Amino acid sequence: MSRAGNVVESVRARLADSDYSDRSLIVGTMLAIYVLYLLVGFSLGFDVNGQVNALQRITFLTAVFAMAGLALNLHWGYTGLFNVGIAGFMAVGVYAMGMATAPQNPETTTAVPGLGLPIPVGILIGILAAALAGLIVALPALRLRADYLAIVTLGLSEIVRLSFSSNTLGEFTIAGTTMGTGGNSGINLVGDPSKIVRQFYETGFGIGPLSDLSGAILDSFASVGIEQIVVINLSYTVVVVGILGFVYVLVQRLGNSPFGRSLKAIKEDEETTQSLGKNTQLLKAKSFVIGCGLLGLAAILWQGSRGLTTPDTYMIELTVFIWVVVIIGGAGSNTGTVLGAALFVSILDEGPRFFRDIVNATFDIPRAPTSIVEAVGSIGEGDLMPLLAYVFGELAALQFVLLGVVLILIIKRRPEGLMGHRKEPASTLDISRPATERGDGAPGPPAGSSDPEAGTGEKEDATDE
Amino acid sequence: MSETETAPTEQEETAPEPILSVTDLRKEFSGITAVDSVTFDIEPSGMTGLIGPNGAGKSTTFNCITNLVSPDGGTVVFDGEDVTGMPTYRIARKGLIRTFQIARELREMTVLENMMLTANEQNESPFHAVSPGLRDNVRRQEERLLETAWELLEFFDIDHLAYSYAGTLSGGQRKLLELARALMADPEMLMLDEPFAGVNPTLEERLLDRLHALTQEGYTFLVVEHDIKLIMSNCERVLVMHQGELLADGPPEFVREDERVIEAYLGGEVSG
Ligand SMILES: Nc1ncnc2c1ncn2[C@@H]1O[C@H](COP(=O)(O)OP(=O)(O)OP(=O)(O)O)[C@@H](O)[C@H]1O
Ligand SMILES: [Mg+2]
Repeated sequence: MSRAGNVVESVRARLADSDYSDRSLIVGTMLAIYVLYLLVGFSLGFDVNGQVNALQRITFLTAVFAMAGLALNLHWGYTGLFNVGIAGFMAVGVYAMGMATAPQNPETTTAVPGLGLPIPVGILIGILAAALAGLIVALPALRLRADYLAIVTLGLSEIVRLSFSSNTLGEFTIAGTTMGTGGNSGINLVGDPSKIVRQFYETGFGIGPLSDLSGAILDSFASVGIEQIVVINLSYTVVVVGILGFVYVLVQRLGNSPFGRSLKAIKEDEETTQSLGKNTQLLKAKSFVIGCGLLGLAAILWQGSRGLTTPDTYMIELTVFIWVVVIIGGAGSNTGTVLGAALFVSILDEGPRFFRDIVNATFDIPRAPTSIVEAVGSIGEGDLMPLLAYVFGELAALQFVLLGVVLILIIKRRPEGLMGHRKEPASTLDISRPATERGDGAPGPPAGSSDPEAGTGEKEDATDE
Repeated sequence: MSETETAPTEQEETAPEPILSVTDLRKEFSGITAVDSVTFDIEPSGMTGLIGPNGAGKSTTFNCITNLVSPDGGTVVFDGEDVTGMPTYRIARKGLIRTFQIARELREMTVLENMMLTANEQNESPFHAVSPGLRDNVRRQEERLLETAWELLEFFDIDHLAYSYAGTLSGGQRKLLELARALMADPEMLMLDEPFAGVNPTLEERLLDRLHALTQEGYTFLVVEHDIKLIMSNCERVLVMHQGELLADGPPEFVREDERVIEAYLGGEVSG
């Protein structure tokens, strides 16, 4: 009994330690998703490279969507700012990075020239540009009623996308420097951040010990049959996950501080917050600008590794996807947002594709009929396959149907999302429960308190009687 | 300017500088004159009552003074500085804090978070919040704030509710929290809009007790209240508003005798 009791106690203590339980929740969810994908991969007969690739892909996408989700959580979950221009801020970040890093004299004539700056500088410029776009929106829009921010951000995101696809900005010259967005065909992202990882494996940056190290890593992966390109992708994903960890701590710290406390108050009641002496305009602007910078970073890490970005990446869908991440996870919870990203990517985004592959591998799917009428018609003949084939042919549409169903379910069954019920203490101190329950030294009711029961809730009714 | 009758004040020559002086304050809402050329001065330390029937313009006067609603005319001088049209938060930072008629505690925040929020001299920089070394400074500052918060919660006897969400508090407890929270801002003057509404007699007694203690410490209060008896017996001075105008201004005995005040209250009630 006592041993079992001890185990129960220690589990309970760990669950009460929210940091610990958050980390295990995220790791546990990712592991469960990996197992699922591995099983599917086995049934599809993937080789080891294919398996690792699939896991790498969902991890990578989860990380970038989680990062963008954390930025939106800062806007919406903490501050109550209704940003529906996410795609626009992401686009600004990526394009600024692309234009800053494109070579001044490109080798091919079709490529657009740029400023030729080094990759790290380009990334920094991208983040700053997204933040600046946020500032430009914040200054006028945050003075107005809350819903105006939605209109302004939505407008901005469309303006940004259309400008980047217009030929006018495709290539232009300012002060003797030619650069451009490449119009509809997009822009080559020379400042691809994953290039740094590739350089590490290919040259070790020309530093002896580093190239020895990268060689050793490649060899050990090769011994289990994993190719160099997979190792590079995997390593870049590890780097992005590391940056996500950094952003997570950043946003968490912002929330658990006097800054976050004021944001929380603004979300609840801006007038009251003003009446208590808070410059709510400035606080909202800071929150908005920081979030926009993070959106830029997330987008650069995501699109950068593709080597090319086009304006149609930044349609309203992208904004909707990030919102879905936060809605699934629960506005206000950073852990929830990461979980939301994991579930969004593995089930809604990549899931349907995987499902199609399984079905294709298991059953003999006929060629897709050309119309839904034909597909439905064959059900009458007791044959479901044409309908299935038709649906798989329209995978993008299927994803949206699935997305709609999930959103309706969440809003009806659990509007606060997975973790939205849990409140983070808005302080650098843990002021969410008494020190006696916490067992640390943070100040609680003063020791010399005249009432030994202060803080235990025993006197609950005394005040009201 | 209305023909406000002013009581003869004995210590006229020794009267201190007013902490708040409102001159000719005016506010119209689509035809209704909610505040009509209201003029009054409040001397530092002490409790002044502001009474008047429903819709007299008391809350709107508060809103105009703090510029939550921008006045159509008039000036507001607080602590020797013209604060007319200044952003609400800056007026609050100068030491003029108001509470709301319907307690507006931040429901999704705990009582302690509500308290900690208000302190004005705290470091709200996002950069300090995330930087390893600087965050420790913020933490130390918060530890000091937390001590003040606990002291005030004890003063108002709501320390046992510290970890509860403000939304779960009873009406009376919310009023106490609002007052405690306002004091966290270290104000010079507090404008309380119906702090006793919905508060039971025992709690009302305690609240009054605290207000008197704070007055002794030098705080200045302007209190809106419907319970005339309460105002008459606790305030050294009473302002009466009716249909946007200031009807009377003076000590309770003086106001109680005022014809127009009696008329505004349909007689009887005032003398009670
Ligand atoms: N935002 C507003 N828009 C339009 N009219 C308003 C507004 N605020 C107040 N009023 C009007 O101004 C007048 C004064 O209202 P106010 O709330 O100041 O009265 P009050 O003295 O506080 O009354 P009560 O004792 O009922 O709280 C009322 O006629 C009210 O309808
Ligand atoms: Mg009122």
